[in-house]
Amino acid sequence: MSKLNALMGWVDDRLPVTQTYEKHMSKYYAPKNFNFWYFFGVISMLMLVNQILSGIWLTMNFTPSSEAAFASVEYIMRDVEWGWLIRYMHSTGATFFFVAVYLHMMRALLYGSYQKPRELIWIFGMLIYLLLMAEAFMGYVLPWGQMSYWGAQVIISLFGVIPFGIGDALVEWVRGDFLISGATLNRFFALHVIALPLVIVALVVMHLLALHEVGSNNPDGVDIKKHKDEQGKPLDGVPFHPYYTVHDMVGIVVFLMVFCSVMFFMPEGGGFMLEYANFEPANGLKTPEHIAPVWYFGAFYAILRAIPDKLMGVVAMGGAIAILFVLPWLDKSPVRSWRYKGWISKIFIVVFAIAFVLLTWLGTQPATDLNTLLARVSSVIYFGFFLLMPIYTKIEKTKPVPERVTGGH
Amino acid sequence: MSQDGVNKGRRTLLVGATAAVGAVGAGFVAVPFVKSWNPSEKAKAAGAPAKVDVSKIEPGAMLTAEWRGKPVYIARRTEEALATLPALNDRLKDPENSVKDQQPAYADNINRSRKPELIVLLGVCTHLGCAPKYFAEVKPEPFDADWKGGWFCPCHGSRFDLSGRVFNGSPASTNLVVPPYSYESENVVIIGVDEENA
Repeated sequence: MSKLNALMGWVDDRLPVTQTYEKHMSKYYAPKNFNFWYFFGVISMLMLVNQILSGIWLTMNFTPSSEAAFASVEYIMRDVEWGWLIRYMHSTGATFFFVAVYLHMMRALLYGSYQKPRELIWIFGMLIYLLLMAEAFMGYVLPWGQMSYWGAQVIISLFGVIPFGIGDALVEWVRGDFLISGATLNRFFALHVIALPLVIVALVVMHLLALHEVGSNNPDGVDIKKHKDEQGKPLDGVPFHPYYTVHDMVGIVVFLMVFCSVMFFMPEGGGFMLEYANFEPANGLKTPEHIAPVWYFGAFYAILRAIPDKLMGVVAMGGAIAILFVLPWLDKSPVRSWRYKGWISKIFIVVFAIAFVLLTWLGTQPATDLNTLLARVSSVIYFGFFLLMPIYTKIEKTKPVPERVTGGH
Repeated sequence: MSQDGVNKGRRTLLVGATAAVGAVGAGFVAVPFVKSWNPSEKAKAAGAPAKVDVSKIEPGAMLTAEWRGKPVYIARRTEEALATLPALNDRLKDPENSVKDQQPAYADNINRSRKPELIVLLGVCTHLGCAPKYFAEVKPEPFDADWKGGWFCPCHGSRFDLSGRVFNGSPASTNLVVPPYSYESENVVIIGVDEENA
């Protein structure tokens, strides 16, 4: 043992391993009242690792060219040993990554985890979310099926609304051709496997460093650093390791059980995760009958479609994402957690969550008159939640926040 | 090292000058990276005209040709169909072809074509680029109870009449594009060439 200690000492003199481990794990004090919602940060990280690992293995057999991409995916599915499993890990992983990220974001909304002093954590998180959407979109183009092709056509055409001829030039520049072609596929492959993952990993590091600088929020939204013992440890905090590492393992195991059930028994997710039109090779002359995004883009796509004007539709869709970035400055409430906010906030957050789920569903459905009406109402709720927030969080009566956290063990 | 006598002004000048030259250098280096995303010479060379035999298109029917990788719709309209076009004007966003880029001068008429019956259109929705679907029959459709025939985009529901003119209430704001084309002979259309007998 002393030999090992000596070795550790030798390393620590040259690289702050023990110090870093203590700062971020064994002496990082997290509030003791974390609940169910607090699993989804670590689960997002787990999904990131899953995507990187399965993704690296997929690149070993995937051919990024318009002639060979579709066939190489079939080759992975049929001829490569366990290729089907690695591909389903990746495609199911994309869905569960977004499930985890959406729940993780909802947690922040409920408990005000974006409020001062955690604005930067929220901004880094939003940047990760934005890049994740770009990453998922480009990944969906790679198998070069009908949905890959026409999804790319629609999404890249969105840039075309920028006026004064800039839009059209930009669209051509992004495609690298006068239409969606092998040039587009090849650059998306490069961005999907190298550029974006590098930036996403860097942002995750920033997200965590910012979190560990100010400390974790909790369901009561109280500051645990206000009450410390003689040694300066927060009275309501427990060291992340071993308490939350072990605690998180339970959540991870349950999550993986759900994940594996879907991956093994319904990897296509009923057409919401892998769309049936994508089992047909890309054909630039024929658009599929019903074109819809994968479910995790549904909400923003529904907002785009809800507005009967090309420019305004794109502006609304972009605005729906952009407004999330300024959330920390829209919430004027003196309290963080919805537990102590007034009834307007409570109703609004529930209605907002329902509207978001409804929009997500509507985005995957054909635009009938009823659906369009529902999408318009939900879009108004979506924007109302954010735009009216500075007013209703200011005027409503909040409940007194306890000095110490409630619950927990 | 002692900090006494450090000439801060001199250092600021050096850092500033290095940063300025570095920024210019970075700007120059960015050019090849940005420009490499433009369509390649190979992509530019792939724009050859397409010859299409139109003799087999029955009245009311449509043929999809490929030009520069994009679908081109060639439809033969009936006399009755052509007669319905003027009556649609007040339901359209741009009945008079006011956006001149959407068609060559010889197609700047109500039929938006060289010969009245034969229409040649780029099958790319002016909204977000899907290929609109041809619904030739005059009958109530789920997307339009008073449908007189034309194109409907499955992606976002834009509607176009038999001249490719966009209906009010569509997310698309401009008419479908008429590509440059000409007749090589009575029954052969060349897409991508403006002048006849060129």
